[in-house]
Amino acid sequence: MEAFTPVPALIGGVLVGIASALLWLGNGRIAGISGIFGQLLPPTRTVVWRIVFLVAMVLGALTASYLVPGLGVGGPHGAPAELVKAPSWTGVPTPVWLVAAGILTGLGTKIGNGCTSGHGICGLARLSVRSLVAVAIFFGVAIVTVAVTRIV
Amino acid sequence: MASPLKLPYLATAALSGLLFGAGLYVSQMVNPLKVLRFLDFGAIPSGGWDPSLAFVMGGGLIVMFFAVRLGKRWNAPLFDGAFRGPAYNRVDRPLVIGAALFGVGWGMSGICPGPAISLIAFLPANLWIYLAALFVGSYAGSLIIPSSGREPAADSPAPAE
Repeated sequence: MEAFTPVPALIGGVLVGIASALLWLGNGRIAGISGIFGQLLPPTRTVVWRIVFLVAMVLGALTASYLVPGLGVGGPHGAPAELVKAPSWTGVPTPVWLVAAGILTGLGTKIGNGCTSGHGICGLARLSVRSLVAVAIFFGVAIVTVAVTRIV
Repeated sequence: MASPLKLPYLATAALSGLLFGAGLYVSQMVNPLKVLRFLDFGAIPSGGWDPSLAFVMGGGLIVMFFAVRLGKRWNAPLFDGAFRGPAYNRVDRPLVIGAALFGVGWGMSGICPGPAISLIAFLPANLWIYLAALFVGSYAGSLIIPSSGREPAADSPAPAE
């Protein structure tokens, strides 16, 4: 197996779960990143906590990379973080590829009302049928996309 | 009713964000290649598949599952007047189309919104243009589906779940 890391993966997942539990039990909010990000624009009256959450999320990743260095990508002893390159067979420049991926992800998570965190963790934990359907579709389509683009 | 601007409310949002970002680094979901190696089911026969992402989801789900059960016994969260979960329950066309579009974007890039924003901590090349595109896509979606603010307004009581 290619760099299978079950222990950090499980610990990281539990941290994400605790974060989601805190936001739900403390503030009654779903920790869905696409929703928190996608509702930053006015006229929403709840912009402050969203900005606080997102800034803290970046600081959390940065801090953890110093506290637990060298887990992989990021931080003082980690490999430099890199986004993907467009598959060469497509002839598409990488920035164009990434813009397309970003637009599809932003559009899809907005009209589908959630992403990996909102549907995948919070929604499934709430036993939401909507979230179960969404998770099955976006995982399935992503697996097909990786197979078709041969990006790995 | 607690105001969403009170200090405990914002402190909870900050602590939640910190732990969320830390979890995405520790689990290495900030590495797009690692996510893609999970999605690469074609590599299962050759042993090149990386099942780590399933452990991330599993760990998060178990904790959140018990938090949701605990919350059902409460009338309201600690620092606001009501739980503001989605009230809408129908599987409809926007959900299906949206999830499919997101699946294409995720498979093309190996990053979903949480890791993408967390990557600001490590600033890989091209991140800002990706994030700008994410914002544009999300904004375009809000024009197509004006009702996607389906979560209740901050000052209205949340419908019972």
